[in-house]
Amino acid sequence: MSSSQEDIRNLTDREYEYGFVTDVEQDTAPPGLSEDIIRFISKKKNEPDFMLAWRLKAYRRWLELNEEDARWAKVDFSPIDYQDISYYSAPKIKPKLDSLDEVDPDILETFKKLGIPIEEQKILSGVAVDAVFDSVSVATTYKAKLGELGIIFCSFSEAVQEHPELIKKYLGSVVPYADNFYATLNSAVFTDGSFVYIPEGVRCPMELSTYFRINEAKTGQFERTLIIADKGSYVSYLEGCTAPMRDENQLHAAVVELVALDDATIKYSTVQNWYPGDKNGKGGIFNFVTKRGKCKGRNSKISWTQVETGSAITWKYPSCILQGDGSVGEFYSVAVTNNLQQADTGTKMIHLGENTSSTIISKGISAGHGQQTYRGLVEIHQRAKNARNFSQCDSLLLGDRCGAHTFPYIDVRNASGKVEHEATTSKIGDDQLFYCQQRGIDPEDAVSMLVNGFCKEVFRKLPMEFAVEASKLLEVTLEGSVG
Amino acid sequence: MSEGARERFLRHFEELQAVLPGSDQPWLVRMRESAVQSFRDQGLPTPKLEDWRFTNLKALETLDFRAVAASSVPNVPDNVLDGPRGAVGDAHLIVLVDGIVDAALSDLKSLPDGVQIRSLAASITTEPEKLENYLGKLDDPKLRALSALNQALFQDGVFIELEAHAVLERPVHILCLQRSGDPPTAVHPRNLIVAHAGSSATIVEHHLRMSPTQALVNTVTEVFVEEGAHIEHIKLQEESDSAFHLAALFVKQARDSRFRSHSLALDGGLTRFDIHAVLAEPGAECRLNGLYAPQNDEHIDHHTTVEHAAPHTNSFELYKGILDGSAKGIFHGRIHVRPDAQKINAMQTNRNLLLSDRASVNTKPQLEIYADDVRCSHGAAIGQLDEDALFYLRTRGIDAAEAKSLLTFAFANEVTAELPIDTLRRYTESFVMDWLPRSNV
Repeated sequence: MSSSQEDIRNLTDREYEYGFVTDVEQDTAPPGLSEDIIRFISKKKNEPDFMLAWRLKAYRRWLELNEEDARWAKVDFSPIDYQDISYYSAPKIKPKLDSLDEVDPDILETFKKLGIPIEEQKILSGVAVDAVFDSVSVATTYKAKLGELGIIFCSFSEAVQEHPELIKKYLGSVVPYADNFYATLNSAVFTDGSFVYIPEGVRCPMELSTYFRINEAKTGQFERTLIIADKGSYVSYLEGCTAPMRDENQLHAAVVELVALDDATIKYSTVQNWYPGDKNGKGGIFNFVTKRGKCKGRNSKISWTQVETGSAITWKYPSCILQGDGSVGEFYSVAVTNNLQQADTGTKMIHLGENTSSTIISKGISAGHGQQTYRGLVEIHQRAKNARNFSQCDSLLLGDRCGAHTFPYIDVRNASGKVEHEATTSKIGDDQLFYCQQRGIDPEDAVSMLVNGFCKEVFRKLPMEFAVEASKLLEVTLEGSVG
Repeated sequence: MSEGARERFLRHFEELQAVLPGSDQPWLVRMRESAVQSFRDQGLPTPKLEDWRFTNLKALETLDFRAVAASSVPNVPDNVLDGPRGAVGDAHLIVLVDGIVDAALSDLKSLPDGVQIRSLAASITTEPEKLENYLGKLDDPKLRALSALNQALFQDGVFIELEAHAVLERPVHILCLQRSGDPPTAVHPRNLIVAHAGSSATIVEHHLRMSPTQALVNTVTEVFVEEGAHIEHIKLQEESDSAFHLAALFVKQARDSRFRSHSLALDGGLTRFDIHAVLAEPGAECRLNGLYAPQNDEHIDHHTTVEHAAPHTNSFELYKGILDGSAKGIFHGRIHVRPDAQKINAMQTNRNLLLSDRASVNTKPQLEIYADDVRCSHGAAIGQLDEDALFYLRTRGIDAAEAKSLLTFAFANEVTAELPIDTLRRYTESFVMDWLPRSNV
């Protein structure tokens, strides 16, 4: 066992692999938040009036909100000074880019370090990448090909310029501007993000993918993603994140809205590996994200898959509003906390329509001093006849100083509803480890195997490229964490 | 503005202060004063509090409850006991009327050696030093406003003490009656059970309506289960649809002790039952069972917390609900495993059967775990009777209503079968039976 103890130490001592800072000149707003800053952002982005009005409405609402009311999650952090954050930072771009060659080589270098194959992507994986580099889109590939099918895949600011009618119709239709403290803040100050529209009957031929990267020190990231799948369409969207190492806590309050119309399917996958802070809990990203999808049409489907290994604090509940009759919501999650990381994550499945069904599979792994919470809500409304839910939340504890918590809320108001919830918490069984070692597998590999097996149900749901990255991330975070 | 609940209950304290037992005991006076302060700070819980999200006590704000002084409790004819006694059968009986022990109605003649069952108020006078060690030690008025209210206002209750290795063969039947009245009465009885090493007993706390009127009972029971002792606690609730029943059970278990709680919430208006069990030493085991069957617009809320504070402790929990009409059933179960409490087994199950479209269930089985060598699981399910099972019975020539009744009965049986008193088990079974869709099962 002592060798495993060493492994734990080796692992916990491991430096964050992706810790480097790219030096690119930024066009940054002074720290602080006021109506003037919001006007500045809006003006900078050359937004139409309705956007500015919406932002200001959100800002005024935000002023009335009390952050204390948003502190119900089982996470602990010192108060954030919202006046100390700079709300706008964009790489200084030459007017418009025609090809990747025109992108700042430093930025390209950064992507290379992260292993994002932005150049090879066209050839290798068939993934179109909308690379968001600190809030402003730098490069978008595959646009033409998608354009042929009528698919709109662009940065949010571009969409505001070119498709204001869609933005006006759908922005805030799933996450209203007054939804919660962080979403309201985002509504007021978001700088960019991704926008996807899949027209009626179109099956998006490739995985759409955005890599986020937080770069400028002290820059809060306020992304906003909006995906609309029109009738009978299908899209799979990938989101992956890494961030450079830094000492000061960085706030990330993103909002993701998904809208699925009749018979449409949206699959949203995330791998999140932001800087978790060092082993003393210094630094690290605060990841306060509001993600919500609305199955608006009949027989629509929204599926969330997430692998959360990074961030000092994760506060995230990708949810589904199952409004259309026969709609389906899914949530598959693997969350890992190590050192002093804290994660409070889960989902909400709101069953409004008849014959709606939802599945929740959540796997939490806690090591070191990590604290991990699954918090979920399954709500079956009175009109939701024959609604069905199955939830399973398992927690694995690696080490005796960590914590795993489960807070499932189940609320059923219809006698035809069927809800099942199961949860277990345990550590890796000594007998399992013994069995593997008996077969000549060393303890570290055995643990890795068992953990991978524990998460398999979720990894299977990830697109291929992500599944590989996810297992690797898990290994990096946890290898040898068990005695 | 008219007087709110907070002011009203504080006024009750002022009214009763002079007659509350223990006014000559400095420790008790201090306890009451600090409880009053806690209640003044908190007021009644509101749905803003996480633990009270689904149970709203707003109705208490406007009802003009009156305090009942011990001296004003009239005699009750003893024929009212005939029915209720039958629920438990042959037992040591102690009767509370409006929260005050009625010695004349009680029947405690043949108690074995080493067992004391008496009025708490009387014990405060005769053996205050002993009570000082136990009373109010398990509930924290700062954390639970209703405990504060109870600590401030309790006048009486039952004190049971089992000496080391005392074994009580017959169950204890604590019968709590509440009179009707206009304005409605509010009473705050407090029970204390101390089971010394190796002792054992079965105790039934029976709350019964005397007439269908509004009344508030806010009861707290503290149980100390010392090394190797074994206590079975049954709470049988048959109250009026317009009653407010707020109850709490606090348990502390020492090494190798056993505690089982059975909550039978068969009838009651707005019911809230908090159970908090602390497994303080290795080898302790607790089992919490519950059956709730609200109908019409009854509202039954169970909150349980099991705290594994020591290694090698086990807990098992099974709560089942059958809901009809526009009833509301709430179950919040919490398992808390403290750091270094290794080798834990904790299991928790909540199942609900919805018989009506207007009925609703909120369930929240929580796990909070700070140790790694544990085996904890919880499950919750909400659904209907199994179609296949119904079909099977129909093919055997059993009509639909009867098949439904059979299956519902079987659903409840998992809880009732564990009741340690035969008479009570049959009583509960026949209650479930009567309640079911008309049939001749």
